[in-house]
Amino acid sequence: MELAAVGLGHYLTVAAILFTLGIFGIFLNRKNVIIMLMSIELMLLSVNINLVSFSYFLSDLVGQVFALFVLTVAAAEAAIGLAIVVVFFRNRGSIAVDDVNMMKG
Amino acid sequence: MGVSAFFFYIFAILSVLAGAMVIIAKNPVHAVLFLILVFFNAAGLFILLGAEFLAMVLVIVYVGAVAVLFLFVVMMLDVDFAALRAGFIRNAPLAALIGGIVLVELVMVVGFAYIQPEVAGVAAAPFPSLGSGITNTEALGRLIYTRYVFFFQGAGLILLVAMIGAIVLTLRHKPGVKRQSIAAQNARSPQTAIEIVKVEPGQAIVPSGETRG
Repeated sequence: MELAAVGLGHYLTVAAILFTLGIFGIFLNRKNVIIMLMSIELMLLSVNINLVSFSYFLSDLVGQVFALFVLTVAAAEAAIGLAIVVVFFRNRGSIAVDDVNMMKG
Repeated sequence: MGVSAFFFYIFAILSVLAGAMVIIAKNPVHAVLFLILVFFNAAGLFILLGAEFLAMVLVIVYVGAVAVLFLFVVMMLDVDFAALRAGFIRNAPLAALIGGIVLVELVMVVGFAYIQPEVAGVAAAPFPSLGSGITNTEALGRLIYTRYVFFFQGAGLILLVAMIGAIVLTLRHKPGVKRQSIAAQNARSPQTAIEIVKVEPGQAIVPSGETRG
């Protein structure tokens, strides 16, 4: 079987599947905050793949610059998110999403 | 099928499979390890796309920092992860429905992406030509430190705020820990530090600042 030459659509499809897996993971693990954070990382990674593949196929470096900024924000988000998880665990002894009701909102 | 196509399919299939394992793994430690595998394969895809710098940054930042942070937190928290998986099967149909809809939408929108030739010609920051000897890292640096310098500074600011925020959130003062207090040390004078006590025979000396335990 002769596979088609790899083009922009191939990369975008991979990114789309990874993004879908991220959404899937959030709905599948509705109680575990850590897996939800990992799913968000997956989604941000797929966005980065999108940006870099467009950057390559348009031969424009700006996409890579933007991917770099997305990466920065993703790292900051993971750090803050995990810090909140740790503080929440110290207060409640659990990381289940259902237990996040201290403020009765 | 060229070598790059071969490697593309390897990286793509492995990253999708590992991404699926991230969300269905029973053990969160395994999920983190599969997440690391996804990041490595994405770095391979980036190298195929000529973004060597981003590929290395992905390995260093994501694998070296973010994934290890996840690993630390997963191992630090004493949580019954099996209990958190309750409702996994019950949520699956809804998740499959929403995920399927999003996937179909995304493939229909971006899977058939087509770049008009006149758009491809007007790059804001074109790739350096192959003969110029400028690497991807150098080209990115020339762009970041000139045209996007304020955004770059803003990214640094975001990281600084995230770092301070994480420290402030997780810092806790334990009672009973003795710390150096420089202000108290500087405030000492011979008048307050030295105490002349008249010792009665057969009595113990108890300085006034301390209580005998």
